[in-house]
Amino acid sequence: MKTLYLDNNATTQVAPEVLDAMLPYFRDLYGNPSSMHSFGGQVAKKISNAREQAAALIGALPDEIIFTSCGTESDNAAIRSALATNPEKRHIVTSRVEHPAVKALCASLSRQGYKITEVSVDKNGLLDMEQYENGLTPDTAVVSLMWANNETGVIFPVEKAAEIAHMHGIPFHTDAVQSAGKIPINMKSNVIDMLSISGHKLHAPKGIGVLYVRRGTRFSPFLIGGHQEKGRRGGTENSPGIIGLGSACELASGNLDMENTRVKGLRDKLENTLIKIIPQSKVNGDRTHRLPNTSNISFEYIEGEAILLLMNEHGICASSGSACTSGSLQPSHVLHAMGVPFTMAHGSIRFSLSIYNTEEEIDLVIKTLPPIIERLRSMSPFWSNAAQSCKSE
Amino acid sequence: MWEYTEKVKEHFLNPRNVGEVENPDGIGEVGSIACGDALKLSFKLDESNRIKEARFKTFGCASAIASSSALTEMIKGKTLEEAMQITNRDIADYLGGLPDEKMHCSVMGKEALEKAIENYRGAPSVKPGETIICECFGVTDMEIERAVRENNLSTIEDVTNYTKAGGGCGNCHEAIQQIIDRVRAEAKPSVKPKLTNIQKIRMIEESLEREIRPSLRHDGGDIELIDIVGNRVLVATRGACKTCKASDITLKHFVEAKLRELVSPDLVIEEVEQ
Repeated sequence: MKTLYLDNNATTQVAPEVLDAMLPYFRDLYGNPSSMHSFGGQVAKKISNAREQAAALIGALPDEIIFTSCGTESDNAAIRSALATNPEKRHIVTSRVEHPAVKALCASLSRQGYKITEVSVDKNGLLDMEQYENGLTPDTAVVSLMWANNETGVIFPVEKAAEIAHMHGIPFHTDAVQSAGKIPINMKSNVIDMLSISGHKLHAPKGIGVLYVRRGTRFSPFLIGGHQEKGRRGGTENSPGIIGLGSACELASGNLDMENTRVKGLRDKLENTLIKIIPQSKVNGDRTHRLPNTSNISFEYIEGEAILLLMNEHGICASSGSACTSGSLQPSHVLHAMGVPFTMAHGSIRFSLSIYNTEEEIDLVIKTLPPIIERLRSMSPFWSNAAQSCKSE
Repeated sequence: MWEYTEKVKEHFLNPRNVGEVENPDGIGEVGSIACGDALKLSFKLDESNRIKEARFKTFGCASAIASSSALTEMIKGKTLEEAMQITNRDIADYLGGLPDEKMHCSVMGKEALEKAIENYRGAPSVKPGETIICECFGVTDMEIERAVRENNLSTIEDVTNYTKAGGGCGNCHEAIQQIIDRVRAEAKPSVKPKLTNIQKIRMIEESLEREIRPSLRHDGGDIELIDIVGNRVLVATRGACKTCKASDITLKHFVEAKLRELVSPDLVIEEVEQ
């Protein structure tokens, strides 16, 4: 059975060009970029090239790019650095819908005595800007707000939020793991101090990430060791990963238009058709301020894991915000923060596309999903009541 | 992804007895949409009071649907007395096992069955004296107590896996721990009879000789039993153990653990100079 992959916010396939760029650095060119010999030195050159490619994707300077092991490390490094360089301040501002890389870190810091303010979102997942601004205090050490949400794709006005933070003299970090490569990012035209990127979300392999740190930002390293990354991140460079990420960033720059035209078109077709032909289904998240590849749809009165496993029988890969798939008993904290009712939250499915998806694939999902929803609803004790109440209205 | 057995997958993909029995003799409904799973079980009896037909409607994940399907197959042909004997563990076993985090699905099956039988018998569905412990998922003290007892649960995490209690805000964790402690305290005497002092001393001596000293000697060390005072086992280290920096770890994690396992769980090892 062919795999039909619509789970690109979870991870992406390594682009063939990226793999080709990486392979020599596993087998033949294994030298340590820090070595004095040219066998290692040639790898250092390639890494410096990758740094330029990564910088170009977000309009940064090469020396503002620190290579890390993943998005989670970048988030940890950024927030911990801001705390270390502002030791007298004990307050962090973030949102209710952050990725666990930020959310769980803040929860852990709160147990160490930090005060955390989690800014609310509205029913469409948009940030409450008034509450955000009111949440900033003289004691605030750092603001960390995601650029785009991994579950709904909703985009936060982080550039505006960073300006507001700066008016209060507070450094600003954004988790841009989902937005890098999907929407234009230009660090020259904003004041964001630190930004996290993950390789495997943009067709580079797992195990590589970027932390952007603006020139002039005070930085305290998270991983302490050798002089790599100008002493800002110890540890021998993951040269194949870095070179792969550089190549992926270059590809992503070239594919940005396609993301926002063709991929967006496929996403819209999938979403509009499904909510039209499946009764009591609804899109979660603001449809204007949203990543072009993400669609989060709730199918009322059924449960997400069951939907996923039946789609799996057809080779279709997606995700759900239901409790049963989260590893906890609570449905998605993102949908909960948006006030999505339980009847909807448990039956939520996230489709996330990439440039590798085709119209045929989308048509196949449109054909396959409605009978699955119908089948599970016919099994649900809540569905018949709901269907009747609809008729009588 | 969950590791489901072939039998779970098969019952999920081809569930048996979906629907509602017409003119049922008993109906049991448990769970809610807020909880993330719910089951409505209905059955009909034949002339000899055996379950002739059983059907289910389930809102929930694959294992909830598979557990419901298994339950309806298991109770068909049984008398109500026989059906009442089925435990949540039996439902899980029928499916070749469930992941720990999904055991609550089998518990939901058991509860729906009980409610349906109570409904047939006209008994009240909520027993007096029960109190809700977990507000998030509406789990009562009796439900937690039974899950702890029937499945020999020992941690809050176990209880959450089996009943969902404690899986939300976490405010009830203390209350759950108290129930676990209470049930386990009751259970102990029936498992291990209290030893007389003479029995205890003999068993400690035997365990030391047979199970513990040979392994210590293997590494060039040894211990000697000096005295036993109540539950305190006083020993002196010999050979390599005497100079070993890690000997207190060996005493705690090996000697004491072994004695607790073999003799009595309340023994404490203490090292003395002699």
